[in-house]
Amino acid sequence: MAQRKKASQTSPRTLPKAPTGIQGLDEITLGGLPRGRPTLISGGAGSGKTLFGVEFLVRGATQYNEPGVLISFEESIQDLTKNAASLGFDLDRLVAEKKLFLDHVHIQRSEMEATGEYDLDGLFIRIADAVQRVGARRVVLDTIESLFAELPNPGILRAEIRRLFGWLKEKGLTAVITAERDEPHRLTRHGLEEYVSDCVISLDHRIREEISTRRLRIVKYRGSTHGTNEYPFLIDEHGISVLPISSLGLDHAAPDERISSGIAQLDGMLGGKGFYRGSSILISGAAGTGKTSVAAHFVDAACRRGERCLYFAFEESPRQIIRNMRSIGIDLEPWVGKELLRFQAARPTYGGIEQHLALTHQSISSFQPGVVVVDPVTNLTAVGTEHEVRSMFTRLVDFLKTQQITAVFNSLAAAGGSQEVSEEGVSSLMDAWLLLEGIQVGGERNRTLYVLKARGMEHSNQIREFLITDGGIQLPHAYVGSEGVLTGSARLSQEAREEAADTVHQQETEGHRRELERRRRIFEARLAMLKAEFEMEQEKTQQSISKSDLLDKRLLQDRGLMVRSRQADPASNKKKGRTPAARGR
Amino acid sequence: MATTKTPAERRQPNRRKPRVYKLRLYVAGQTPKSIRAFARLQTLCEEHLKGRYRIEVIDLLVHPQLARGDQIVAIPTLVKRLPPPVRKIIGDLADTVRALVGLDVQKAD
Repeated sequence: MAQRKKASQTSPRTLPKAPTGIQGLDEITLGGLPRGRPTLISGGAGSGKTLFGVEFLVRGATQYNEPGVLISFEESIQDLTKNAASLGFDLDRLVAEKKLFLDHVHIQRSEMEATGEYDLDGLFIRIADAVQRVGARRVVLDTIESLFAELPNPGILRAEIRRLFGWLKEKGLTAVITAERDEPHRLTRHGLEEYVSDCVISLDHRIREEISTRRLRIVKYRGSTHGTNEYPFLIDEHGISVLPISSLGLDHAAPDERISSGIAQLDGMLGGKGFYRGSSILISGAAGTGKTSVAAHFVDAACRRGERCLYFAFEESPRQIIRNMRSIGIDLEPWVGKELLRFQAARPTYGGIEQHLALTHQSISSFQPGVVVVDPVTNLTAVGTEHEVRSMFTRLVDFLKTQQITAVFNSLAAAGGSQEVSEEGVSSLMDAWLLLEGIQVGGERNRTLYVLKARGMEHSNQIREFLITDGGIQLPHAYVGSEGVLTGSARLSQEAREEAADTVHQQETEGHRRELERRRRIFEARLAMLKAEFEMEQEKTQQSISKSDLLDKRLLQDRGLMVRSRQADPASNKKKGRTPAARGR
Repeated sequence: MATTKTPAERRQPNRRKPRVYKLRLYVAGQTPKSIRAFARLQTLCEEHLKGRYRIEVIDLLVHPQLARGDQIVAIPTLVKRLPPPVRKIIGDLADTVRALVGLDVQKAD
């Protein structure tokens, strides 16, 4: 029986917890405050102790059906109600609905005298009565230590307060006891932390470089694991939001889907498909290197796909961005009209870093975008130290990844400095990093783009020039010379040179061909001439041969005639006979 | 249950001003402290305010809601409601002199 009962109360190792409903706190306490036990909230003046208590009760009453009692030792009921109203809590309504009971314990020292022993039964009875009236499960004592200023005999008081905590525990009430911290190392003025030993949370309100930050830390949580960091929190019209520095695990999903960057040639550099959905992309570059333009392309592409985009502008107003992007052929205005694109513009110095983070969270949660642009993220360094910005950044990136939101962070790099070094803080969180640089060559500055990293995809190692034209961003063909990538007029002149060289080459080839042809023709002409000469000679020779034959014949004939005519010379007959015989042979 | 104890003499008609002390003693049950406080209060009143005081004992265990009205935290608490100004004396009245100062009695006598 006992075992079964134990098993039914969550697992035996974990403490039963009462969720506070305070945004982010239940996450770092892994479920809330220890149920049925007192928790000490310690903090300096104005650190938000009272509000913590009020929100604990209001959330309990409205979200967890646990009515509550607030015993205020400092503020009057009217003041409390008014202050809570400014944070969006309607205490009057909750009181009327019997979900909340407020009691102001007020002792006027001037009209009081003390003689002898006393106890705090009066207070016990008041609390018990209040608890019974609304059936409370939660109690807040704010700030019980002020009794020390009003009642004599601290020894008795301490013992009585200790008894009170025991009594609250006995009644199974989840209690929040606030205490003023007077020194950095003492949580309470009168050592209350000795009695409330289950859970102690410290609140802090610091001003550093004129910017205030609130922080919360769980000093101790007996019987439970908890986040041990200092968590920034903020108080706004929605109450308290605690911002966990990072989610406890790195278990966000990694979709395979790829989405276009909006620049075809850039997609080409990224394995032809663009970025992974849900990845975080850093675009870093000095002033005027075109970060916003690249981001605008991405936004435009996302809106074309019908995804919602949230654009955090820390430098320019939305109208200005729309106007400027129109000049490069990207019209963002229709997307704003279709509620696919929303701008959230604010000066970074308008609030502390936590406030920015919380606003970011809130607007992301309400708008549910697929793509988020932060332009530029570096401006936030104006409101926090490097460490703070980095931790905020980590939290933001984590948050976006768990929501599978693709994020583009523009980062303004100091001109001249090495970007790889300056972005060291944030770059390791990024899945892809585009480096935009202005290179100074031949009296001009030209823009180049380089994919410094792109996790999980093949990507080009080419430094590409990019042009911002009135038709958007173009990445022209890369010319690589001995000095690196050629850009601007160097590229143009290289193009011209190559063209010229090409022409010359072509002309040369053509010349050679023509020369050859000419030579061939000359050769042929000569050949023809020789042939003609030869024929002429041949003809002549034959003519002369036949002429001499004819001459010979005639000579013979002539001779024969002469012999015959003479007939007197036999010797001559012999000669004649010999000659024709030789010829006949 | 509020028990009102009115001593025998109600008023001394020939005094300069009939200053009646209206006192309220808050207790929580019959604790030794409360009993002690009540006994001491009675002695004190008989001695210094004979015939012109009225003590009302309120047991908060019976009427818890009354604690809020007089802003009672400590027990026992004695509240001097009249004559003005309202004063409170916390504790079991061990120190008679302080109790009388608290009640503005010494001057009056």
